[in-house]
Amino acid sequence: MGAAIVLALVVAPEDADQGLSQRIFYIHVPIALTAYFCFGLGAWKALLLLWRRDSRYDLESYVAIHQGTIFGALTLVTGSIWAKASWGVWWTWDSNQLVLFLVLFLFYCAYFMLRFSLEDGPRRARSSAVYALFGIVLVPISFLAIRLAEDFIHPTVFTREGPQMTGTMFAAFCVSWAAVTFLAYVLYRVELAGKRLDADLRELREALAP
Amino acid sequence: MRYLADVATLTRKDLRVELRARDTLPAMLLFVLSTLVVFHFALPTGTADDAAYGLLWVAIVFTALLGLARAWVPEQEHGVLDGLLLAPCDRSAIWLGKTLATLVFLLAAQVVALPAFVLFFAPLDATALAGVLLANVGICAVGSLMAAMAAAGRARELLLPLLLLPLVIPLVVGGVGAAISPEGERYLLFLGLYDGVFAVLSWASFEYVVTE
Amino acid sequence: MSGGEYLALAYGAVFVVVLAYVAIIAAKLARLQRETREILDLARAQEAPARTVEHVAREISPSA
Repeated sequence: MGAAIVLALVVAPEDADQGLSQRIFYIHVPIALTAYFCFGLGAWKALLLLWRRDSRYDLESYVAIHQGTIFGALTLVTGSIWAKASWGVWWTWDSNQLVLFLVLFLFYCAYFMLRFSLEDGPRRARSSAVYALFGIVLVPISFLAIRLAEDFIHPTVFTREGPQMTGTMFAAFCVSWAAVTFLAYVLYRVELAGKRLDADLRELREALAP
Repeated sequence: MRYLADVATLTRKDLRVELRARDTLPAMLLFVLSTLVVFHFALPTGTADDAAYGLLWVAIVFTALLGLARAWVPEQEHGVLDGLLLAPCDRSAIWLGKTLATLVFLLAAQVVALPAFVLFFAPLDATALAGVLLANVGICAVGSLMAAMAAAGRARELLLPLLLLPLVIPLVVGGVGAAISPEGERYLLFLGLYDGVFAVLSWASFEYVVTE
Repeated sequence: MSGGEYLALAYGAVFVVVLAYVAIIAAKLARLQRETREILDLARAQEAPARTVEHVAREISPSA
């Protein structure tokens, strides 16, 4: 895991040649994509939970969304730094992706509030799963809404020129993406293992000391 | 047909409870009017009409939240929900009945609030009104599901706005767009899309939220 | 600030968050370890009396 990250850090910036701040791209975009992927995974596990009624999907869905929220927060931070570097402001409502992530971040924070407020049990698992499904549907709808909102909030539509990726840049991007995805996967497994161990231990304790 | 009859019965039940207790609707009416008066003082003189349309949407969303926060309270207090779940009707009919009842409350509040808005601030055209109607459907559909979820929690009054506000951001975008954009039809289309998608999703998932 | 500093800031922020996450997981692991030991002690304590009874029984049986 560490090797992959070091590789991404060393290899990726080497290839960029359009100003140093452009290199944030190599960490910002993979993190954003990974966050989407985690949210998608969480929704998929939620769907499986509702479908198969197997309670182990609850924990998997929760952990995936937890990962997604961490990566979403990182997307906001790196995006904000990138905005400061290239446009001179810490926050801009011009960037659709950033605004979308803010909405999603709020949404998934509410997901955690929902979980902490309900009693542990199948009902909480199902409510959380339904909310997670709403989240994944909210992504395209919000994206569309933010696109539409640009028309009246900013009459001049902001177009950011997509970076013209050369072969090496694209390769560096792919390496970073793979590294971040791998990082997310490892964190997901570690957290899931920890949570399962925790639950098992609690059960064991109850079995031993009635 | 049986399904529709169930829905109609449930809606009528909610309306009758409200007519007898008069808990929610007067509060919503008073709230939306007070909000509009507060907005008058919050808006500096000479602000463009567009800002007033934005505030109208803030008022509508928070009035709806007020109504939704009360939506499942009678059921909770008297344990009606358990009885309803045992009744031989489709669970989603309960959701639909609640959605329709909330929609009626919200519309009743708007029958007063929208003329007051026109009187105090700025005129509303047909597109803006259509936007309000479509957004109402969306807020009530998603809101009654979220309220049912929040009602099971420890801090339901706090939880509902947190759950619902990120979900209604697209509705606010659509509603404000329909009011101020020269090509409001696009926003109406978007609101319709939102309503369709989220109504189906809420309808399908209500059963999972209420059963133990 | 220059572009390079922003770059360092962005990567640094990611690094700090991941580090914090790992620290939290490490703390959790330590807690789980402690709990495991507690449960193990509990299990041994429950087993111990049973073994002494057995032990005593075996001591008694040859004489009987």
